[in-house]
Amino acid sequence: MVKKKQLDFWSIVKVAILLFICLTILYPISTVVIRSVTNAEGHVTLANFLKFFTTKYYLDVLKNSLFVSAITTIFSIIIGVFMAYVLTRYDIRAKKLINIVIILSLMSPPFIGAYAWIMLFGRSGLVTEFMLNVFHITLPTIYGKWGIISIFTIKMFPYVYLFTSGAMGSIDSSLEEAAENLGSSKWQRLRDITIPVVLPSILAGSVMVFTSCISDFGTPMLIGQNYKVLATLVYEQYMSEIGTSSNFAAAVSMVVIGLATAVLIFQNVYINRRNYNMSAMRPPQTVHLKAGARVAVMIPVLIVVFVCMLPQLVVIVTSFRNCNGPYFVEGWSLDSYRMIFTRMVRSIKNTYVFSVFAIIIMVVIGSLTAYVTVRKRSALTQITDVVMMFPYVIPGAIMGLSYIIAFNRKPFFLAGTAFIMILSYSVRKIPYTVRSAVGFLHQMDPFVEEASINLGVSPGKTFFKITLPMMLPGVISGAILSWIETINELSSSIMLYSGKTSTIAVAIYNEVARNSFGTAAAMATILTLSAAIMLVVANVVSKGKVSIV
Amino acid sequence: MSQRVVIDNAVKFYGDFKALKGVSLDIQPGEFFTLLGPSGCGKTTLLRMIAGFNSIDGGEIRFDDRVINDVPAHKRDIGMVFQNYAIFPHMTVAENVAYGLKAKKVPKAEIGPKVKEALELVQIAQLADRKPSNLSGGQQQRVALARAFIIEPGVLLMDEPLSNLDAKLRVQMRTVIKKLQRRLGITTIYVTHDQEEALAISDRIAVMKDGQVMQVNVPSEIYTHPENQFVAGFIGVSNFINCTIDSNTAGPVNAVVTPEFSVPMQLAGPFHGEAVISARPEQLLFSETGIPGKVLFSTFLGDFIEYEIEIEGGQVLQLNEYTKDTSRIRPDGESVHIQFDPMRVGAYDENGALLTVWGQ
Ligand SMILES: Nc1ncnc2c1ncn2[C@@H]1O[C@H](COP(=O)(O)OP(=O)(O)O)[C@@H](O)[C@H]1O
Ligand SMILES: [Mg+2]
Repeated sequence: MVKKKQLDFWSIVKVAILLFICLTILYPISTVVIRSVTNAEGHVTLANFLKFFTTKYYLDVLKNSLFVSAITTIFSIIIGVFMAYVLTRYDIRAKKLINIVIILSLMSPPFIGAYAWIMLFGRSGLVTEFMLNVFHITLPTIYGKWGIISIFTIKMFPYVYLFTSGAMGSIDSSLEEAAENLGSSKWQRLRDITIPVVLPSILAGSVMVFTSCISDFGTPMLIGQNYKVLATLVYEQYMSEIGTSSNFAAAVSMVVIGLATAVLIFQNVYINRRNYNMSAMRPPQTVHLKAGARVAVMIPVLIVVFVCMLPQLVVIVTSFRNCNGPYFVEGWSLDSYRMIFTRMVRSIKNTYVFSVFAIIIMVVIGSLTAYVTVRKRSALTQITDVVMMFPYVIPGAIMGLSYIIAFNRKPFFLAGTAFIMILSYSVRKIPYTVRSAVGFLHQMDPFVEEASINLGVSPGKTFFKITLPMMLPGVISGAILSWIETINELSSSIMLYSGKTSTIAVAIYNEVARNSFGTAAAMATILTLSAAIMLVVANVVSKGKVSIV
Repeated sequence: MSQRVVIDNAVKFYGDFKALKGVSLDIQPGEFFTLLGPSGCGKTTLLRMIAGFNSIDGGEIRFDDRVINDVPAHKRDIGMVFQNYAIFPHMTVAENVAYGLKAKKVPKAEIGPKVKEALELVQIAQLADRKPSNLSGGQQQRVALARAFIIEPGVLLMDEPLSNLDAKLRVQMRTVIKKLQRRLGITTIYVTHDQEEALAISDRIAVMKDGQVMQVNVPSEIYTHPENQFVAGFIGVSNFINCTIDSNTAGPVNAVVTPEFSVPMQLAGPFHGEAVISARPEQLLFSETGIPGKVLFSTFLGDFIEYEIEIEGGQVLQLNEYTKDTSRIRPDGESVHIQFDPMRVGAYDENGALLTVWGQ
């Protein structure tokens, strides 16, 4: 009896993980699917989709989403590849710092870009008024598509940068030297070695940019105004259908899910993931730049870094300005902080409490999942792995919607509870933990575990005594990324929160919507600082190998 | 304490591929038993079946009289030394060695002295508190050894434990392992593809090929009396010379090499047809008569001279002549005649099966 139980430790784990994803991912999404093909009375119909695809308004929204995502992707490739090349190939100082700034831009709360743009270039923005008063120039409006695209680009280009620099750093220098030895020119080397190795990574990064643009909710909500995209449409439809059965919102969600899935399939078919897993025995050497060239290279690099930091800087600075209602007035103080710590303590507390519970769930399930995917490979674990990555590409607003539909009826009545928030965070942000743990596991020697089992320690105990301690740096650095993303999470929170379960992200959104910019800035500062500190911790824990992608 | 290991017709499939085709071995308590064979012949597969990391798809494995087919790996009471040592990187040397004792719930007070003793036995007592990451290969090897035998397992398994060491250390460590095994008397199953290592270290050797056992015997027998052509070729150097044999009975026969030259041998049964004669380089002798040939190349190696001789028909043979028997090195191109040491010559049929009985 005892023998049987221990023999089956990993089978039990596999079943448990399967149940978890069925309940928290497949079941909620299936409810959205069902909603999308039924009407309010519950009869099967394609009317929802017909409505979407025959109404000009909705088709325009689809077009808008594709447009901003495509343009952002192009800009991101240009900036990301440029930065990756310069930072891997030239001896630029403070590379680590630049790296952290870029990662922080990626890991920043989803709306602070929009917030900063409003502060700077909005109707009564700093720069807008300065230009108008001093030069009598009226700046073009930042509300609408170009505002969205510029903010998206700043936030998303790091995906291309990180993927590409990872690949460039992995080209063994002897490979290029060998090519040089064989008499090929610099251009030939670029064409024959660098580009083939790097191209899949650029594409992979671009896919991330594209799907993230489709999913992002905060930016278009705050700055899009009449320019609607799919993510905001889902939210709007859901809000206007509240009390009804949200069938149309479900249909719009299906369109988005279809789009995300198509992109993912594209990625899996055309981009061989193994391609960029070359490991360099000798990383490429950096080229020393002469004074003139150095300036020419550094100016664009510094501009990019500055623009990356701009949203954070704006938020931090404005958090200390005095406010009078929606207006900033002369002088500096901690008033905004005083205000949030009296009025919005609950949101702040919720954020940290929920995220800590979520991280515990993510660490436990994430490390077990990582282990089974790497060491107990089977068709089942492959499927588990893919399904678990699903919430990564499905917009939060849609996950939120699916949770409302799925968990607000028998046997679950979870709407408005803290539990549903924690659950949705865990499911949505777990991929960071899993990815990072998987990366570490791949580099770990499997025989070490067998050595332990061999010495009389059961497979279950071996996992906790040997495997987990060894993969801990990977799990922790992944979990930190999960945690940062959790405290920043807006799109699903806004669908799922009730008064009592509001979080910082939700509160910021509501404050900005009410034009209470000072308090919004103070709260965003708290988030940004939390993220920055933890990012540094993650970097230290993983010995600089923290991987976002 | 140390156990007899009986492997009874063990079969292993990887998908459709039959990696082990029915292997039977009977390993005695306290024996140093080696699985020897070329890479890919299934040595690791069999060892991992014994350890419990591979399923057993057919047949039976018994420790003493206990069938262990369905006993999980952690309950088999086996010590194992891995090819890459598999040291726990987050534990010190002493913690690594103590790990198995703790799992066995050995009282704390006993663990310390036992670990010390084990480390002394492998001569690394001074490294007890070091982390494994800054140990040399040989030192890690000793940690792995101590960790495996300290739990006093019924069976000790080693999978090519020396293959990651440099040549000199390899020879040194194999002596350490052999002496340790003698002293502890643990039944040991050792895997290697290095025939010299196997000959040096083993009580008995099983030579494997393509998932099958070709011969089991003590090293000297394996070397001098290979039971099939594969073993003759894999262990040491053998010359294979084509011949024809024609006999309706067992007993003495002349195997015809050339019309002028034939080799006397003892047939085990009637045989008609093509065969190969197998002879070690030291079993070929220069002589006045015999197979004519000429010296192609010679290498002076101190205690013997190694000749390459091309015989009629173009085949090249290797012949060793001991310097205690001669002082003359024959120049390249010299015409010679070659004879066989008749007591030690075997012949194999086209499938590699032995046709002759060995002389005494
Ligand atoms: N996990 C596996 N899956 C499929 N084939 C395997 C696996 N492990 C080993 N093999 C195959 O089984 C045969 C025996 O392998 P192995 O036992 O490792 O040989 P050895 O240790 O003698 O070199 C080889 O042909 C090898 O390719
Ligand atoms: Mg092997």
